[in-house]
Amino acid sequence: MKVEGKVIKYGNNVDTDVIIPARYLNTIDKKELASHCMEDLDKDFLNKISKGDIMVAGKNFGCGSSREHAPIAIKESGISLIIAESFARIFYRNSINIGLPIIESVEAAQDIKNGDELVVDFDKGIVKNVTKNKEYKVPAFPVFVQKIITNNGLVEMVKSGELNK
Amino acid sequence: MAKMTMTQKILASKANIAQLKAGELILVDLDMVLGNDITSPVAISEFNKIGKKEVFSKEKISLVMDHFAPNKDIKAAEQCKMCRDFANDKEIINFFDGGEMGIEHALLPEKGLVTSGDVVIGADSHTCTYGALGAFATGVGSTDMAVGMATGKAWFKVPSAISFVLKGKLNKWVTGKDVILHIIGKIGVDGALYKSMEFSGEGVSTLSVSDRLCICNMAIEAGAKNGIFPVDEKTLKFLKAAKAKTPKIFSADQDAVYDEVYEIDLSEIKQTVAFPHLPENTKTFDQIENIKIDQVVIGSCTNGRLEDLILAAKILKGKKVAKGVRVIIIPATPKIYMQAMQKGLFKIFLDSGALVSTPTCGPCLGGHMGILAKGERAVATTNRNFVGRMGHVESEVYLASPAVAAASAITGKISSTKEVL
Repeated sequence: MKVEGKVIKYGNNVDTDVIIPARYLNTIDKKELASHCMEDLDKDFLNKISKGDIMVAGKNFGCGSSREHAPIAIKESGISLIIAESFARIFYRNSINIGLPIIESVEAAQDIKNGDELVVDFDKGIVKNVTKNKEYKVPAFPVFVQKIITNNGLVEMVKSGELNK
Repeated sequence: MAKMTMTQKILASKANIAQLKAGELILVDLDMVLGNDITSPVAISEFNKIGKKEVFSKEKISLVMDHFAPNKDIKAAEQCKMCRDFANDKEIINFFDGGEMGIEHALLPEKGLVTSGDVVIGADSHTCTYGALGAFATGVGSTDMAVGMATGKAWFKVPSAISFVLKGKLNKWVTGKDVILHIIGKIGVDGALYKSMEFSGEGVSTLSVSDRLCICNMAIEAGAKNGIFPVDEKTLKFLKAAKAKTPKIFSADQDAVYDEVYEIDLSEIKQTVAFPHLPENTKTFDQIENIKIDQVVIGSCTNGRLEDLILAAKILKGKKVAKGVRVIIIPATPKIYMQAMQKGLFKIFLDSGALVSTPTCGPCLGGHMGILAKGERAVATTNRNFVGRMGHVESEVYLASPAVAAASAITGKISSTKEVL
């Protein structure tokens, strides 16, 4: 799997309350959630991004509430991948469970700048920074997590009977 | 050979594996799957995609309508209705709504729905609260909840742990809230990321179960997977009173390996406040200047228990809240509400000029029942002070204990109990 896109970059401890404020959690409509994505941190987020763009952030991305609405809103907004120095654990597993690709890499997250163009090859574990003409090697997921991703999320994995294998 | 932490031993028993190591991925049997009125609708919609007609257990699922309930608007009402219909259809016994509804993490321990040795997942990050009872409990998302409801299982990476060895005893007017804020201030909001926070030491026996629930509740604010306390007489007494299932007691191996060990002398902990906009921005009163406030909230899954209300009442008794400060007190469950009423706490609160609300998560997450306007400041006994958490993006939340919140209500600025007693 490959994704490519332009980077939108944020700092440390981006919490799920700013990704999708609780006042919008009275719906499970994905489009509606996406229409408020990042609103309390960056009002112009939706105007700044194009489909396929890549979010890059610092430490502890997605900390706070367990709301799956947060990765759902980001995925639905058109973001194809999040690269961060580290992820809060519930956000990490929610992203995997809903099939939103994420990469944990201190080197890549620190070196990549806002606006950089990236090409990411998941199979090879390589993030290529086209703007800087640089490559970052990123670790592969554990086999079980790869299985969730190749099954297109945890629900599909349960449906196919793969969970207990 | 055995060198497991308390958390690892519980996970090993529920994964049916003799020996676990940190980092292994395992599939675990669940004793309880929890959801609320915000996370359950997403989970129900995912559950329906799985195509299973029945849930894995009618007893081991709890749905609690606490966040935007009593229904704050039409959309919230629709979400609660979706949960109610699902509970009826699947014959889920532990569905809590209306007069049976309390804040989930106060309600489940009170109802005896969690016991020592259990593995609990909840689509709510503060599910880690139940570690206070010697259970492995952790927050997950709605998809995990859906799969949990369908299969009774969840996948986990076995966590390593940080050990917190407690000694001494808390001083008067210092609480479990001050302990956990102190710890988060020390290790940071990602200080325990992916890890267990395991508490031990002679100081544990001096802490009430209510204090332990408060401490474990905020383990997530340090990024932890779970917080956990050893089971002792106080735990067993609490579980017996709640008519919980027979506890299964696990303890960490003597030679268990920890990533880090912190020794904490409870007698040295001072009243602590977390400043905006992260729970790690902690200060003690020697560092706090004159900060005027507009609102005080005493309640939430962190500090809405009877002990918290009694503490606040001791400080508010015979005093008036500062003019212009809105003080909202939220008993966490109907039982706590009744007990507080019978003990005469409501008279103390109302005489002081505070309001008493029906149980709800309401203002904690900026849902309803106490939203802040632009530029307003609140002292709250809740658990998060992120940007916009309680309302306007330019409002501020200061996290503190019920004692500090009550003292601040009287003075109209962030105050220690020394300023009012």
